[in-house]
Amino acid sequence: MNAVIADPAIGPQLSTRTVHKRARAPRSALPGFGLSLGFSVVYLSLLVLLPLAAVFLRAAGLGLDGLWRALATERVLHALALSFGGAATAAAINAVFGGLVAWTFVRYEFPAKRWFHALVDLPFALPTAVAGIALTTLYSEHGWLGAPLAKLGIKVAYTPLGIVVAMVFIGLPFVVRTLEPVLSEAEAQFEEAAATLGATRWQTIVHVIAPTVLPALMTGAALAFARAVGEYGSIIFIAGNVQKVSEIAPLLIMIRLDEFDYAGATALAASMLVLSFGVLLAINLLQAWSRRRG
Amino acid sequence: MADVYRSSIGEPTAVRRVLIGTTLLFLVAFLLLPLVVVFTQAFAKGLGPVLTALADADTLASIRLTLLAAAIAVPLNTFFGIAAAWAVAKFEFRGKSLLVTLIDLPFSVSPVIAGMVFVLLFGAHGWFGPWLAAHGVKIVFALPGIVLATTFVTVPFVARELIPLMQAQGTDEELAALSLGASGWRTFWHVTLPNIRWGLLYGVLLCNARAMGEFGAVSVVSGHIRGLTNTMPLEIELLYNDAGALNAAFAVAALLALLGFVTLVAKNFLEWRHGDELAALRGH
Repeated sequence: MNAVIADPAIGPQLSTRTVHKRARAPRSALPGFGLSLGFSVVYLSLLVLLPLAAVFLRAAGLGLDGLWRALATERVLHALALSFGGAATAAAINAVFGGLVAWTFVRYEFPAKRWFHALVDLPFALPTAVAGIALTTLYSEHGWLGAPLAKLGIKVAYTPLGIVVAMVFIGLPFVVRTLEPVLSEAEAQFEEAAATLGATRWQTIVHVIAPTVLPALMTGAALAFARAVGEYGSIIFIAGNVQKVSEIAPLLIMIRLDEFDYAGATALAASMLVLSFGVLLAINLLQAWSRRRG
Repeated sequence: MADVYRSSIGEPTAVRRVLIGTTLLFLVAFLLLPLVVVFTQAFAKGLGPVLTALADADTLASIRLTLLAAAIAVPLNTFFGIAAAWAVAKFEFRGKSLLVTLIDLPFSVSPVIAGMVFVLLFGAHGWFGPWLAAHGVKIVFALPGIVLATTFVTVPFVARELIPLMQAQGTDEELAALSLGASGWRTFWHVTLPNIRWGLLYGVLLCNARAMGEFGAVSVVSGHIRGLTNTMPLEIELLYNDAGALNAAFAVAALLALLGFVTLVAKNFLEWRHGDELAALRGH
């Protein structure tokens, strides 16, 4: 009698335990799990995590007082505001034009489409120093684009506007490449349905297309933003680098290091990392949220 | 019927033309013109001055250093990328999404900070600085620092290409090979590697383009000694800021731009030729 009662009690316990164990251990029968994971973790720790931890340890060593002294100067705050403000502006521009570019590539046919499509990846492949001197030459007073803009009274090179132009350049592929697969998967039948039910094209765009692509658009813009905040090579040539006008945060870190002001460099770097990781976290939450919806 | 379909979900022809026109104008102004400018500036006076500029002893030294740094950093990150993708794509384990996030981490760290971490660790005033100096080992302002900084910024490239590809391919073929008696290594060499070769090649190309073109991180740790610790991108900066050497700057820039151009062409060739195998990569 006892044994009969005990059985169902033990049964479920045993099975939950096996399920639990299975979820922990690698489910696959393939070899090399320990070796590949171990190598990956050690490699990442030595090359990336420990060095980055050194920045935070050193910043912590400064104390709140030291951090405040290093950061609360007009020059530092302006550099941070310029890097983050410029990156936000560029991300917004990229969201609009990157969205347009992705839409055009997915929905329309036109001559030389393949070549233009390949061109979108250029900022990934072109070294930043090359992009920097090319953009500067292009937008300088005598440049192909700088000369006509100068006639309109718009000065791009050696101004904060030039910084935004460089940030748009390096951020564009993030938006286009994140958006394209989502746009091409978005099924036309929902749009047809909306049209059949009497929606105007504009209503279809706002109520049917926009909600499906919005998470991807925001993810792409956030990636472009994260890249632009820390960007150095393509910006410093076109920026002009005037204190409190066109001096970006990464350049100020470089200047502090050249002055052997490690405290100043570390404080600025740590604050940039914290702000950037906040953006990264937001991207991941956004992606998790859009996966749940999709 | 086709017309009805189009008009119900498409835009009027005029709108379509405006959208296409704006797209092309934007792409030409922001992407094509910068690329064209590099080559027109470099070849403004013909091929001769370009070759003379590239044959300069310091420039040649910078090309050698760039090739050497990439030759160390790219294989390291290729091994890492394959190992990380094997663990992430073929197994289920706790903390997997954390690992994937960590692999992407260098993308969201400013290159200047990536260089700075090694100055904080190994520089004269760094944690290990005094010990290194006492033992006569030079890392910062020398080749090891340049390699470390380059490796740091290029960590994610190969892994990012391989993870979605290997996830899409699953484990069926490997399990079949193992059940037929093949060893783990044999399975990897003869089953997994042929399946991922084009994605791997593309990842290596991207990794290499970034490694050779890295500027900010290398700039921090290089010390900018001409002919000794200047890489190609740093040589471009130096020549560009030297009033008389603008053409030489663009000559070196054209050589690096060519590398980027070849990477793009190779990418598109791979997508065209092996599109099915790389389908999992779209969107990256």
